Amino acid sequence: MNTTTIIILVVIVLLIAWGILIYNNLVNQRTHVQESWSQIDVQLQRRNDLIPNLVETVKGYSKHEADTLSKVTSLRAELSHVPADDHQQKMAVANQLTGALQSLIAVSENYPDLKASTEYSQLMEELSNTENKISYSRQLYNSTAANYNAKIQTFPANLIAGLGHFTKIDFLKAPEAAKQAPKVSFSDVK
Amino acid sequence: MAAFFLLVALVGAALGYWFNGSAVFGIFIAAVIALIYISVMVGRSTEVVMNMNHAREIHSATEAPQLWHVVEDMAMVASVPMPRVFIIDDPSPNAFATGNDPQHAAVAATTGLLQLMNREELEAVMGHEMSHVRNYDIRLQTIALALSAAITALVNFAGNFWWLGGGRSRDDDEDSEIGVLAIFGSILLVILAPLAASIAQMVLSRNREYLADAGSVELTRNPQGMIAALRKLENVQPMKQADPNSSALYITDPEKNAKHKRWFAHLFDTHPPLEDRIKRIEEM
Repeated sequence: MNTTTIIILVVIVLLIAWGILIYNNLVNQRTHVQESWSQIDVQLQRRNDLIPNLVETVKGYSKHEADTLSKVTSLRAELSHVPADDHQQKMAVANQLTGALQSLIAVSENYPDLKASTEYSQLMEELSNTENKISYSRQLYNSTAANYNAKIQTFPANLIAGLGHFTKIDFLKAPEAAKQAPKVSFSDVK
Repeated sequence: MAAFFLLVALVGAALGYWFNGSAVFGIFIAAVIALIYISVMVGRSTEVVMNMNHAREIHSATEAPQLWHVVEDMAMVASVPMPRVFIIDDPSPNAFATGNDPQHAAVAATTGLLQLMNREELEAVMGHEMSHVRNYDIRLQTIALALSAAITALVNFAGNFWWLGGGRSRDDDEDSEIGVLAIFGSILLVILAPLAASIAQMVLSRNREYLADAGSVELTRNPQGMIAALRKLENVQPMKQADPNSSALYITDPEKNAKHKRWFAHLFDTHPPLEDRIKRIEEM
């Protein structure tokens, strides 16, 4: 082998190694986004598990809120029927559910006995905890997705991204109401 | 940090010269003591610091649901593991973080803080602490704390030794002017070293507070919460049992308002004034 062949071989090996590094990096970043989605999913599930309890408790104290309650219950059912990999759709339903829960909390304010019960205040802490975790994990999802999206569009990673079918990930939308107030909060309900 | 090590070496040199006539011997002893302190502190910082501040650990959400959940949120969004959570029984609102790295971190809040703050403000405070964790400020502060403690220990040791009648034998005929000057200088150094150590610790701490405030807003996306929390921390009673060496760890100076400060006392401030911190967030 002459020197030229050796140099060419070395360059090729280096190029391949470099490509593998970038590829692995992209896979890692994509995994991060997927991990943050599973965070959201866990919290959505937790909230769904809380709802029957909440509905029962509210029912016990308030006779005239059937509409609000049934809206929460039906959205909860709808959420569990969204296909697991349709993140956008799942988040859209979840956001509606957040809104329905907020109006449920709002009407509950009219029932002093309900507000005073320990069961209700425990449920409220659980609920605000889950709501906050949903919004923080969505924030995490969006920021990891933003990093990943930026990465696959910048040279030279975009070459590898094209070869490896790495596609852009859409951001998750926050609930409508949350655009005015920065964070969903039930914090004043103690 | 380098200034800190230099200070330890100088104290060692002074003590060594004083007692043994050999500065090198003193430096060696000081270095050994400082190393022991650092390794103990870095290895067991959480236990040591929490003990010094009379904090008790909570192990589950049931003991303080809101605090636990807020810490969980902040750890999640900062992408660091869940730290250990401690509570200090003190009506003065305050909080701090400690540990060696994000994998071995701990946060503490006073009962006063939990009572005074609503959820968003508590998030801001815990976000501030998680920023300290994420930026490795906790390790820096832990080492600074260990070195200050080492200097204090060296100086105390020297003091005791001196009162017990030890010290360098005056018989050797070195009592030239230089010798007297050196002894005088080393006494002065030993007296001033603890002061210098605290000034160094404070300067280290002050800039980090601005950074952690900004980091908290980055985590919570809620500057109003941070501003509201800082406003609530203005004009509060000082803490009863805070360890003076750890005051740099807290979100606000736990000894604030403890006494009327004269102007030079601001050299020892571990924290920038709250008004300045609020202003910086408002400008963000």
